[in-house]
Amino acid sequence: MTALRRPREPLPWPSFVTVWRVAFVLAALLILAGMAVSIDLQPRSFIVLATTTSARDSGLLDYLIPYFQSDTGIGVRYTAVGTGQALDLGSRGDADVVLVHAPSAELAFMAAGQGLCRSPVMMNQFVVVGPNQSDPAGILGLTNATIAFERIRTTHALFISRGDNSGTNIIEKTIWSWVGYTPSTTNDTWYKESGQGMAATLDIASQLVAYTLSDDGTFLVHSANLDLRIDVQHDPALRNFYSVIPVNPSVHPSIFVAGALRFAKWLTSERGQSLIGNYTAGGVRPFQPDGQDLCP
Amino acid sequence: MTDFSEILQIVGLSILVSGTSTLIGSVVGVPLGVLVALRKFRGRNFVRTVAFTFYGFPPVLAGLLVFLILSRGGPLGFLGFLFTPIGMILAQSVIVMPIVMGITISAMMTVEKRLHDTSLALGANERQWRTTALHDARVGVFTAVMVGFGRAISEVGTVLIVGGNIRGQTRVLTTAIVLEISQAHYLEATIFGIILFVIAFAVFAFLQRLQAKGVV
Repeated sequence: MTALRRPREPLPWPSFVTVWRVAFVLAALLILAGMAVSIDLQPRSFIVLATTTSARDSGLLDYLIPYFQSDTGIGVRYTAVGTGQALDLGSRGDADVVLVHAPSAELAFMAAGQGLCRSPVMMNQFVVVGPNQSDPAGILGLTNATIAFERIRTTHALFISRGDNSGTNIIEKTIWSWVGYTPSTTNDTWYKESGQGMAATLDIASQLVAYTLSDDGTFLVHSANLDLRIDVQHDPALRNFYSVIPVNPSVHPSIFVAGALRFAKWLTSERGQSLIGNYTAGGVRPFQPDGQDLCP
Repeated sequence: MTDFSEILQIVGLSILVSGTSTLIGSVVGVPLGVLVALRKFRGRNFVRTVAFTFYGFPPVLAGLLVFLILSRGGPLGFLGFLFTPIGMILAQSVIVMPIVMGITISAMMTVEKRLHDTSLALGANERQWRTTALHDARVGVFTAVMVGFGRAISEVGTVLIVGGNIRGQTRVLTTAIVLEISQAHYLEATIFGIILFVIAFAVFAFLQRLQAKGVV
């Protein structure tokens, strides 16, 4: 068979075929190296934390994690997503521990057996913010968000909603339900949805001279760049509670449960609580520790 | 906010992830493209159409699919590749491969038409003809690889979903830009954008130089 073949014409060297062969070997080596590295990492020294954007955008996590790492030797890799997605990552077993702020969704998560235990960590509050120079709805100084929302509705003052089913968006919808009105972007020209995170939504509200609902931490951290001020605060209904939940290892055996528990206990310990309470951003302390260790 | 070593790390990871996925996508996509272009078989047009359709495949959708596969609940969850650079490379390879394959098909088919009869008339066998065709189409194939890299390095959907934008682990230039914009840090976002542009420019300039020197 081979003997019958005509001799191949020499190609300019290195020919494209040569280049391709080199690329193939390189790719194969890279894949094998990647596999080797990832298999070697199996006894993990880090936890995967799924959390909400507010914990990241306020700067709290980047401040806390180095302390946790030096105290325990355990690294933290966190991904900041919406509360709903954070809990979903936990129930898939993709995260070892979640830090979220949506009590009703957390209770459902626990009831489904996905969480090992649930400890309160800290709180902040939601505030209604509005334009710095004007107050078209006349809500400045109120301490009741429901009345404020009612006035925004009757005056048709521009309001920016997150519109992304985040913890903040869920609270906003709850307040509208207290008002007894469900604004929609199709019927209400004064009601707009940003579909983005808190900091981006604040920026949009600032640009459009509008009201919006925010957690005070994110607002205070970014307030220097915003033409917005707090109009409504200290409404007891607007307190925002954060909890830490290690994922249940009997449902997801791949969970690094020791690390996750260590993280939950550290956050609620005296050390973690005082660090949270002392955290300052933009000249303010955005989080109030209210931790309680409820984990075994 | 972000210090210099962290920026270097982000840049390095961007090049590593996009480069490796381009390599994998090309190593698979080029031979497949050659095969589809030079072999006549049933359903060839269908395969071509599918490959071209994937040009418009939304990266977020590719990200979602790879996420569902790599998630602990998914078929490859036991590997633990979610939220790792390896997962990001796999996801981007899924995007790059059809692009490289599609452009390779186009490049080979233009060459094939005029070359086939001539080569065989001059006494070349099938294998020689294929090698010659690939050699003649090398500029087009090279373009395919460059377009694939361009797509990978500028892509944000899959790396965000599969990588999780974890600081120091899976944060790349594009996800860093999205993060900075979401926090209204437009200056930082612009700086990352300029870095991304400079990298793309440097890579393409280097590749074009290779091509001009006749290495490829």
